[in-house]
Amino acid sequence: MDISTKSTASPPTPEPLPTEQKRAARGATRPGDRIFLALSRGSGIFLLVVMAAIAVFLSLRAAHAISRDEANFFTTFEWNPTASPPEFGIAVLAFGTVVSSIIALAIAVPVSLGIALFITHYAPRKLGGPIAYVIDLLAAVPSIVYGLWGALVLVPNLVGLYGWLDEYLGWTGIFEWSGGAPRALLTVGVLLAIMILPIITNVSREIFRQVPQMHEEAALALGATRWEVIRMSVLPYGRSGVISASMLGLGRALGETMAVAMVLSPTFDINASLLDPGGGTFAQNIASKFNEATTDGRDALIASGLVLFVITLLVNGTARIIIERRKEFSGANA
Amino acid sequence: MKLQRKNRRALALGALAVSGALALTACGSDDTGNTGGDSTSTAKAGNIDCGDASGQLQASGSSAQKNAIDAWVKQYIAACKSVQLNYNPTGSGAGVTAFLQGQTAFAGSDSALEAEEITESKKTACTGGGQAIDLPMVVGPIGVGYNVPGVDSLVLDAPTLAKIFDSKITNWNDAAIKKLNPEAKLPDLKIQAFHRSDESGTTDNFTKYLGAAAPSDWKYEHSKSWEAKGGQSASGSSGVAQQVTQTAGAISYMELSYVKDGMKAVKIKTGAAEPVEATTDNATKSISEAKVVGTGKDLALELNYTPKAEGAYPITLVTYEIVCDKGNKAETLPAVKSFLSYIASEDGQGVLTEAGYAPVPDELITKVRSTVSGLS
Repeated sequence: MDISTKSTASPPTPEPLPTEQKRAARGATRPGDRIFLALSRGSGIFLLVVMAAIAVFLSLRAAHAISRDEANFFTTFEWNPTASPPEFGIAVLAFGTVVSSIIALAIAVPVSLGIALFITHYAPRKLGGPIAYVIDLLAAVPSIVYGLWGALVLVPNLVGLYGWLDEYLGWTGIFEWSGGAPRALLTVGVLLAIMILPIITNVSREIFRQVPQMHEEAALALGATRWEVIRMSVLPYGRSGVISASMLGLGRALGETMAVAMVLSPTFDINASLLDPGGGTFAQNIASKFNEATTDGRDALIASGLVLFVITLLVNGTARIIIERRKEFSGANA
Repeated sequence: MKLQRKNRRALALGALAVSGALALTACGSDDTGNTGGDSTSTAKAGNIDCGDASGQLQASGSSAQKNAIDAWVKQYIAACKSVQLNYNPTGSGAGVTAFLQGQTAFAGSDSALEAEEITESKKTACTGGGQAIDLPMVVGPIGVGYNVPGVDSLVLDAPTLAKIFDSKITNWNDAAIKKLNPEAKLPDLKIQAFHRSDESGTTDNFTKYLGAAAPSDWKYEHSKSWEAKGGQSASGSSGVAQQVTQTAGAISYMELSYVKDGMKAVKIKTGAAEPVEATTDNATKSISEAKVVGTGKDLALELNYTPKAEGAYPITLVTYEIVCDKGNKAETLPAVKSFLSYIASEDGQGVLTEAGYAPVPDELITKVRSTVSGLS
């Protein structure tokens, strides 16, 4: 077979190769293999080119904007790229983006873990399937629908929670509320938590499903209760998976646009309280200012987009490092 | 290994979800009122002079005048069937940019052109020594809508408005508001002042008014983005309107057509004896006091925000059509000229009130008409 195809194919590569690679290379001389190799290599390179193109575009336009910026780009509480001289900074946006995403993670991760554990370890099969299905549906709802729901249902109904937080936790400063419409970072956090729940839940569920049966049975045989089994074998096994799931969720929360733009009452100011207006997010700011922006304004928005791009890269990179470091301890080698 | 594969699957899932969400959110919010052009009058199509206009006419810009344009286009294409007119309400900034890049035949804008933009137009959009000019076509009153339980009529003046929107006055029973409304039963309620979170010509015009009519209480430059600190914000005219309806104690500025359902418009105390109600007629009255500040054929206006005349409503917005005075593209010139002369005509201006806007006052529109007829 090999010889017959070789005769029809283009001249073979002469360099000496290690045996395994040689076999692979010889396989690639069949037409189907070669086409597939070219296709997959092309796709891989295409992805790199696209990412590089995005990075170059962002950097060029951002450099243009930042060179015109009269204020410190990182510390200014102002967004006025059309003023003369232009003054804008991302401090407020970075604050709002990070804080709302952290709130979202703080709410979504425990809930997602609970759902995932329930589906895999507690729920009867008849119930687990439908719940998993509904969670998948939750991921399919477009974010503008979440935004609508958030603005029309969530916001008016959070008044009670805000009042309660203000009354009992207002002394912390973080939960002080001056009585405005509840369209602050906490509301955005709650909404984002709901939006990132499906991703975290689904990935965690898949991880928990893979816990080797033997681990659990061994623990049970030693007399562990179900909670102890989860604590001692399921959670340690799934840790790196759960972390990467959370980072995926965080990625979505960082970049969420429409839902945030519809729910948040953004201000170019930082407020210690999570219940009063203060801060915006990168994506929300770009979405709401882009339409009316002039060329300079657009460049400034692109500069803020570059910062979001970098933050997202850092988050993903950190997640990779954490997962890599934990790989040897994970059950994957068991 | 297994784990990694699962991660990749999750990534794919995440990517699918994210890209799906992106695709679905790509159709952004549309900033238009709901006083649609469907109720427009049955202006006689015979009065529209089509000339030798034909072909496609692309235009874009201000979303504030979208309803007016819709109403006009409906009448116009009924009369001139050979013209296809697309107005894309992308926002004033994008509209001017597209025009300067030569992509559109004319642009709609809430703000007059800046000096640099006019200079740029000589090199890009307009050939043969022409330059871009502003033609005022639509007047829109900006209503200050409020939602205060038990208060059916409210009078405010510019300094008080400035203090409210700058978070200096924070309660409805403040002495300054009481003084202007001796009759009203003002509740002990926190004021929730809403402003636009997106950039907007409405914000630009409202802050221009505050800066001009209450210079000692409003220290900020006028700008499309809100510069004062504090207060709440929402996206789009519809967004702030919804918040005012929903929130007791709320107040915000918006195009007059959005002031309805559960909110009332503030009457503004001006130099005149009686407080002025926000109506389209009253807006036209205050525009009659505007000065033309554009040079040459440019009819950019400087509004008078402190009118003394009875019934002149001071918070108004003028939106312009932007074209070249000379050197318009030969293939679109006949259509542009015929469409603009229609909208500047008596019939065209007459359509405006039904669409929630006010017509340009007589003296000014006469100048617009003569400028339009001289376009080349």
